[in-house]
Amino acid sequence: MRQPLPQWADVALVPVLSLLAAFLISGLVILGIGEDPVEALNTMVVGALGSAYGWGYTLYYATNFLFTGLAVSVAFRASLFNIGGEGQAGIGGLGVALVCLALPWPHWALALPAAMVGGAVFGAAWAAIPAWLQARRGSHIVITTIMFNFIAAAVLNYMLVNVLRPVGSMDPATARFPEGAGLPTLHNIPGLSAVFGPNTPANITFFIALAACLGVWLLLFRSRLGYEIRAFGKSEPAAVYAGISPTRITMIAMLISGGLSGLMAVNNVMGEAERLVLNSVEGAGFIGIAVALMGRNHPFGVLLASLLFGFLYQGGAELGLWTSIPLELRTVVQALVILFTGALDQMMRMAVERVFALFRRRTA
Amino acid sequence: MDTTTLLVLADSTIRLAIPLLFACLAGLFSERAGVFDIGLEGKMLMAAMLSGAVAYTTGHVWLGLLAGVAGSMVLAALHGLASITFRGNQLISGVAINFLASGLTVLMAQDWFQQGGRTPALSGDARFNAITLPLAETLRPVPVIGPIYAELISGHAVLVYIAVACVPATWWLLYRTRFGLRLRAVGENPGAVDSAGVSVAGLRYGAVLICGLLAGLAGVYLATALSAGFVKEMTAGRGYIALAALIFAKWRPFPALGACLLFGALEAVSNRWQNIDLFGVVLPIQFMQALPYILTVIILAGFIGKAVPPRAGGEPYVKER
Repeated sequence: MRQPLPQWADVALVPVLSLLAAFLISGLVILGIGEDPVEALNTMVVGALGSAYGWGYTLYYATNFLFTGLAVSVAFRASLFNIGGEGQAGIGGLGVALVCLALPWPHWALALPAAMVGGAVFGAAWAAIPAWLQARRGSHIVITTIMFNFIAAAVLNYMLVNVLRPVGSMDPATARFPEGAGLPTLHNIPGLSAVFGPNTPANITFFIALAACLGVWLLLFRSRLGYEIRAFGKSEPAAVYAGISPTRITMIAMLISGGLSGLMAVNNVMGEAERLVLNSVEGAGFIGIAVALMGRNHPFGVLLASLLFGFLYQGGAELGLWTSIPLELRTVVQALVILFTGALDQMMRMAVERVFALFRRRTA
Repeated sequence: MDTTTLLVLADSTIRLAIPLLFACLAGLFSERAGVFDIGLEGKMLMAAMLSGAVAYTTGHVWLGLLAGVAGSMVLAALHGLASITFRGNQLISGVAINFLASGLTVLMAQDWFQQGGRTPALSGDARFNAITLPLAETLRPVPVIGPIYAELISGHAVLVYIAVACVPATWWLLYRTRFGLRLRAVGENPGAVDSAGVSVAGLRYGAVLICGLLAGLAGVYLATALSAGFVKEMTAGRGYIALAALIFAKWRPFPALGACLLFGALEAVSNRWQNIDLFGVVLPIQFMQALPYILTVIILAGFIGKAVPPRAGGEPYVKER
C-alpha cells in the first residue's frame, strides 16, 4: 500500500533533493572537462555575491527571471505550458521601446508606468493568439508558442533592421532612449548604494518584480479568478461542471502570462540597455521554465528560484571570465534543473517514498 | 529565372530538406507511439558535435556517424526514461534535452579542441562527399532529363539517398508490419494494446530509440555532409522546423517528404534572395524565414484541413491495477 508523503517532504524535501542531484551532475560535468568543481563554485560565489558589483548583476538577472518565472507559473496553474516567454518578452521589448521613443519623457516616473503598459500589452497580445487558438481551435499551445517565438524573432529582426534603425546606423538596434526615460539603478537609491555597485544594471524594476510576485500570489490564492484558474488546471471537466468557461480561463491565464513576460522588458530594455537590440531577451524566457518548475509554480518559490538562477547566471559569467569553463555551463545547469525538478520529479518522489516506507515499517 | 538558376535552387532545396526529413521521420516514430518529442533539436545537435569530433579524430566519417547516432540515442533513452518509465512530462523532458545538448556540445567541443566550441574542419574521408551516380556524365547531353539527372539526382552525399529511402521504408514499417500496427495503436489507445498482452513501455521505448537513430542521422548530415564540421548551435532551429513539417504532414511519411521539401525550398529561396518582389509587393527576407512557422500555425488552427495528433500523445500510460 502506497502511503502519501508528509507535506514537508512533498513541498521541501523532494525539490531540494532534485536540485542537489542537478548540482551534483553539474559538478561531474565540470570534472569531466578537467576543471575543479569546488574552485568553480568558489569563483561563482565570490563573483556573484562577494561584491557590490556582483550583487548588482545577480539581482538584475533575478529580476528578469522573476518575471518570466511568474509568467510560466500562472500558465502552468491553468495547465497551459507557455514556452513562448522568449517571444513574448521580445515583443514586450518592442512595446517598451516604442513607448520610450514616442515622447521626450521629462522624468522616469512618468515614463515608467507608460513603458510598463507598453511592455505588458505587447507581451499579452503576443500570447493572445496562441491562447485563442488553443481555446477555440484546439491547437496545442506548446507547439503554437514555440512557433510564435520564431515568428517574434523574425518580426523583431524586421522592425530593427528595416523600421526602427536610425538613419546612417549599421547596428540593428533602435536609437537610444531619451535621457528622461532612464530608470534609477539600485546604486542610486539612498541607503542601497553600499550594497549595489555603480555601473551595474540592477534597477528599480526589481521592486516592480517583487510587487508582481505578491500580486500573482494574491491572484492565485486569494481571489475568485485564481481559484478558477487553479480549478481549471487541476481538472477541466470538473471546472466546466462548476460553470467555469474554459475559453475565458485559457485566455485570461495566457494574457496574464504574456503580460508578465512583456513586463520583463522594462528591466532589460528600459533599465539596462536603454535601447532595443537584437536578441535582447537572451534566453530569459526559457530560464523562466526552469525557475517555475523549481519554484513549484508558487510565487514565493519562484522568487527563491529566480534569485538562485540570478546567482547561477552571474556566477557563470564570472566563470567564463576567470576560468576556462565556457559560459555554456549555465545552459547545462539550467537543463539539469529542468530535467530533475520537472521531468524526473516522479523518480525522486518514488525514491523518497520508498525510504519513508522503510522507516514506517521499522517503527510500526 | 533561367533553367540553371532553377536547377541550382532545386539542388539546394534537396540539400536543405534532408536534415529536416530525417528529423521529421524521427519525430513521426516517436509521436505515432504517443511520446511527444520537442527534443529533436537537442538530439541533432549532440549527433552533429559527436560526429564532427570523431570523424576529425579518426579520419573516418562512418565512425563519426556511429558516434553521432550513439549520442543522439543516449539522449533519446533519457527522454524515454523520463517520459515512459517515470511518467514525467514529455514536453518538459524535451525542453531539458534541448538545453542539455546546447550546453554540453559546446563544453565538450571546447574541452577537446579549444576552438571556441567548434570542431576542426573536416576534409577527404572524414566527410560524406558527393557521389556521382552511374551514367550521370553520359546522360548529361540528353535534353531535360540529362541535366536533371546529372545535377539534381546525382552528386549528393550518400545520406541524402538514405534519407529518401527512409520515407517508403517508414511507410512500409508503419502500415505493413505487425510492429507498425502496434506502434500506431499504442499512440491511439495504449490500453487496448496492453490488454492484447503487448508491452506498451517496450513499444514506446522502441519508437523513441528509432527516433534517436533518425534524429542522429539528421545531425550527422549537418556536420559531415552539409557543412564540414560542427559549430555552436548549428541546428539553428531545424529541429523545430521538422516538428512543424511533421504537423504539416499530419504525422504521415509521404506528406512528410513533401513538407520537408517545401520548407527546404523556402530556406533555399531566402538564402539566395534577400528580398523578393512578388507582383509589386516586396517580401522581406524575415517573412520568408518566418513562413514555415506561420504556415504551421495556420495548419494547426485548422483553417486549411485539420491536423489531428495521435490521441494518446503526451499522456504517460498507467497500467490499471
